[in-house]
Amino acid sequence: MKGIISQLRKAFDHRIRLGVMSMLMVEEWVDFTHLRDNLEVSDGNLASHLKALDREGYIELRKQFIGRKPNTSYRATDKGRAAFIDHLAYLEKIINLQRGEQ
Amino acid sequence: MTRSPNHPLKQLQDIHRMMERTSKFIGLSGLSGVGAGLFALAGAALAQWYLLAGGLNGYSHSLHYWPAQPHPWGWSPMVFYSLDAVFVLAGALTSGIYFTTRRSRMKGQAIWDPLTKRLLLSLAIPLLAGGIFCLAMFYHGFFGFVAPATLIFYGLALINGSKHTLHDLYYLGLCEVALGCFGLFFVGWGLLLWTIGFGALHILYGLLMYYKYER
Repeated sequence: MKGIISQLRKAFDHRIRLGVMSMLMVEEWVDFTHLRDNLEVSDGNLASHLKALDREGYIELRKQFIGRKPNTSYRATDKGRAAFIDHLAYLEKIINLQRGEQ
Repeated sequence: MTRSPNHPLKQLQDIHRMMERTSKFIGLSGLSGVGAGLFALAGAALAQWYLLAGGLNGYSHSLHYWPAQPHPWGWSPMVFYSLDAVFVLAGALTSGIYFTTRRSRMKGQAIWDPLTKRLLLSLAIPLLAGGIFCLAMFYHGFFGFVAPATLIFYGLALINGSKHTLHDLYYLGLCEVALGCFGLFFVGWGLLLWTIGFGALHILYGLLMYYKYER
């Protein structure tokens, strides 16, 4: 159990990865530029975080053309959604623990 | 627990902020509300002028004006009201699009994304239904109910659309619906209702939003 949690924490430990997942939880198929503009990151930076999430199997991507421009959009997989919800529960638990300590 | 105490809480706040930013269109400028309101006031003034020129004073018969003899301006009420409506609609849309694109450009946001589409769609459905409803009332001769009905449907459209944009739009919608419901019992005061609902309320709302979010 401990192993699973630390693995979760790693995938969501970065602000940008957390941001991407938050956005994909409320919206199906968000495109790259939308993610980039809302998170205020560079293309390369975002791409590496997306790759990390993709490697975990948390997101999937779709490439298509809008007019002549290539467009890549992303969606959270069921596995990604479940992991994110677990992460939220985990955060909540920590907060409750801290409340208890005070 | 060695982590800083506010770390998980801050993460949750970040998540909340991100979700909100993704699911809401926040580019609508308050100035577009002011612009739409001014066009509505101009349209109402034109209509009032038309009624006065036709020998009617006051509001009591505003939409019932169906004269036996031709209007001195040479336009039948149907033609005049339609032109007036087109003028107000075109003006409101133009100022809405202008100020909103200007704001998006200043903030570097994309304007035509899935969010805008969803906002427009949720606005359009009640508006379209309301438009057809009002045309049908025109067709059957219930002129007095047209003005309150437009306000009610417009307010419902705003309430429906408020899910996808600033929550403040919800309250503007409520005001429009309340005004429309009130107006159902004061048939013949349609022009005054329109002036308040589409003119004054828009300008008030637009200014509030402008000072709240854009300065």
